[in-house]
Amino acid sequence: MSSDVRFTDFKSDKQPTWCPGCGDFGTMNGMMKALANTGNDPDNTFVVAGIGCSGKIGTYMHSYALHGVHGRALPLAAGVKMANPELEVMAAGGDGDGYSIGVGHFIHAVRRNVDMSYIVMDNRIYGLTKGQASPTSREDFETSTTPEGPKQPPVNPLALALSAGATFIAQSFSSDAMRHTEIVQEAVEHDGFGFVNVFSPCVTFNDVDTYDYFRDELVDVGETDHDPTDLEAAQDVILDPEKEYQGVLYQNEQANAYGAEHGLSENMAEIPDGAPEDATDLVREFY
Amino acid sequence: MPADFNWAVGGEAGDGIDSTGKIFAQALSRAGRHVFTSKDFASRIRGGYTAYKIRTSVDRVQSVVNRLDVLIALTPRTIEENLDELHDGSVIIYDGERTTMEDAPIPEDVVGLDVPLKRLAEEAGGAIMRNVVALGAACAVTDFPIENLDSALEKRFGAKGQKLVENNKDAARKGKAHVEDTDDHEFKYDLETTDNDYVLLNGDEAIGMGAIAAGCRYYAGYPITPATDVMEYLKGRIEGYGGHVVQAEDELSAINMALGAARAGARAMTATSGPGIDLMAETFGLVATTETPLVIANIMRSGPSTGMPTKQEQGDLNAMLHGGHGEIPRFVLAPTTIDECFWKTVEAFNLAEKYQLPVYLTGDLSLAVTEQTFEPDAFDMDEVEIDRGKLVDEENLAEWQNEKGQFQPHALADDGVSPRAVPGTDDGAHMTTGLEHDELGRRTEDTEMRVKQVDKRDRKVETAKQRESWQPREFGDAEADTLILSWGSNEGAMVEAIEMLADDGIDVRFISVPYIFPRPELDDAIDAAEDILVVECNSTGQFADLIEHDALVRVNRINKYNGVRFTADELADRISGALTEAPEVPQ
Ligand SMILES: Cc1ncc(C[n+]2csc(CCOP(=O)(O)OP(=O)(O)O)c2C)c(N)n1
Ligand code: SF4
Ligand SMILES: [Mg+2]
Repeated sequence: MSSDVRFTDFKSDKQPTWCPGCGDFGTMNGMMKALANTGNDPDNTFVVAGIGCSGKIGTYMHSYALHGVHGRALPLAAGVKMANPELEVMAAGGDGDGYSIGVGHFIHAVRRNVDMSYIVMDNRIYGLTKGQASPTSREDFETSTTPEGPKQPPVNPLALALSAGATFIAQSFSSDAMRHTEIVQEAVEHDGFGFVNVFSPCVTFNDVDTYDYFRDELVDVGETDHDPTDLEAAQDVILDPEKEYQGVLYQNEQANAYGAEHGLSENMAEIPDGAPEDATDLVREFY
Repeated sequence: MPADFNWAVGGEAGDGIDSTGKIFAQALSRAGRHVFTSKDFASRIRGGYTAYKIRTSVDRVQSVVNRLDVLIALTPRTIEENLDELHDGSVIIYDGERTTMEDAPIPEDVVGLDVPLKRLAEEAGGAIMRNVVALGAACAVTDFPIENLDSALEKRFGAKGQKLVENNKDAARKGKAHVEDTDDHEFKYDLETTDNDYVLLNGDEAIGMGAIAAGCRYYAGYPITPATDVMEYLKGRIEGYGGHVVQAEDELSAINMALGAARAGARAMTATSGPGIDLMAETFGLVATTETPLVIANIMRSGPSTGMPTKQEQGDLNAMLHGGHGEIPRFVLAPTTIDECFWKTVEAFNLAEKYQLPVYLTGDLSLAVTEQTFEPDAFDMDEVEIDRGKLVDEENLAEWQNEKGQFQPHALADDGVSPRAVPGTDDGAHMTTGLEHDELGRRTEDTEMRVKQVDKRDRKVETAKQRESWQPREFGDAEADTLILSWGSNEGAMVEAIEMLADDGIDVRFISVPYIFPRPELDDAIDAAEDILVVECNSTGQFADLIEHDALVRVNRINKYNGVRFTADELADRISGALTEAPEVPQ
């Protein structure tokens, strides 16, 4: 089936209800293209979505999918992949989902390095709940719950990932369709946890982190001599206080993914109709 | 009541009490004797004291009693803690050369056997073996063939080399010889042996073994007493059967990983205790609404909050029945014995897959850490049946597609049970969500579809009530006027209490309930009874409340919540007390 899969095969017949102009449209298109370009088809793909405007992606895409509870997409996706290593697993969610309520899982998912991709649709706002500050909101960003701004520095998810031992860190911009698709595709192809922070503007509640802002400010490391396998170079771009970057910022291809490290290769869905053949050995141990 | 013998070793944390107790229990089991052990006990003074108690007989034993025949006391406090249980003719083995034990407070009528445990251990190769010297001394006191101890020592230390095994055997012999050579007491104990083969295991191990037998391939958990043993059992074993254990960063992660594995089609589980089920509550609802099969073992301990982490309680019944917001279809099983921990685990996996919902498998601290002997065929693997429910493949998937050819994971089936296609099945791609959804698994707020999906999920439970057997276990005199009800781990002590009560002329009928939801119909038994007593380890009587609610009667309650399980003799006393002075309960 996979040879003639087109990216539209990953599209469901449900029309998105995102606000017109929402960055999530472009983010999702890139994800579907990346999956199709890497030879996957909907029947061997599992998408796990978080809760938020971003989380609706599970409904608009066509594949095996689960739209879970707020903040828990990563462990759920890890469970899917561990149980059936043959599946292509992708988790997606918002900046609140991933860096606030779910940030504990983020750090550990990075460390665990399960072979999957994680796409964060970062709009620096809580979209679904109508415009409260998110962990990536700017220090002075005024919202209904932070009328004077959060007055605390935003988290730097790329730095969190780097410090937790990430093997793939990338950033993209939803409206730069080609680059976004390429970058997500690299995350899918990466043998390990492929993390992409996608700037996916919220046109309704965020008037600072806009299309114009990212178009003007983003530096594409693909157009510089940045070497993603160089840890120090990665640190420099990730911790740069002046500029924001898109592209693959860091990649370590030497580390084993979780499945290889733990010898996981079987599809655990397949079991015998009775107790396993040598299960009586377990009883004997108790003599 | 079996002619039983009661033994304990006690000391401070770090004295190796657990492994000493386990070695002796193993020796008794290998000698063809039945064994029941306990590590939960009341501390009358302060923390730091630890003990391991064994009750043994040639007949089956299912409870500890408040009585000690032989006590190995490593500290003076061990003696003080057990004064009530020592009797005329009890023997205390102690090391009078240990500074704290020079003036060991040996009670009158109790035989104090002063054995230089440490010195003899050093002669055998190392002071660390002093407890084994004490075990050798215990063999002398009980006329127990030391070869059985050898066999347990081989099992315990074999992997660490023959030299260590030989040293330990030597240490045991030195202890035995010391008693035989220097003491002229006539001991009245005689631990006879039989040719029977038994296995010795605890409830957590039985759950772990049951999981592997049932085809569980994925376990995610976060360590918590007293559930950690399940994870430790599976780790290192399940891999041999194609499975995997992962230690998650917290319980939220654990249940979500297990849910993910279950969505991928694996039989998956997690195990935890009270604080963990609280954290899992939100995802528990997600499991139910996405109709995913999942087994969650809740090994209860004293709550609320951190409570008493190493103490017994059955306080989570309401939390398991009602925990989580909204209305969550679920099953709650509560195995009543260690062998049933195995079988109910197998059943839990089948029920979870047949009805596509979360199943609580309840244990408690006393089941989890109690070791008991069984005939090996109590765990006959040929009896294990696997039923995966409505799992569909490429061939029969079409039946469940809509007119557009889309697979419907939440199809409104007559029996409430929708088909399940695991990822990788061609043309089966579908989503599901914790939001209310339609048959395709997509979000809906359509009022009619909402009602249909809720009804469908409830209908599954009704189907299960009809199709499955939710039978209780019954003991005692079926004609008796007094009905005793209990759930979970009180069964063993209660079964032995029946005989003690009968000796006092009190006949009772005892119904032990392993299913909390759905639960058996008890109306007939309740109607036929004059006195109804509900036994459980909590303060309010959560199970008693259910019985009152189901049968519209008032019941008497026998509760215990000091952190220690019921013993058989205690239950007999409390029941006969309750019957003689039974306060009238308003009807
Ligand atoms: C446990 C829980 N708390 C709160 C919510 C409400 N809630 C839904 S989405 C959301 C934030 C979403 O923000 P983000 O993850 O950035 O997604 P976006 O909508 O911006 O794509 C919140 C707080 C919830 N669903 N669950
Ligand atoms: S509120 Fe913002 S994030 Fe949500 S759909 Fe509208 S534009 Fe997109
Ligand atoms: Mg957001």
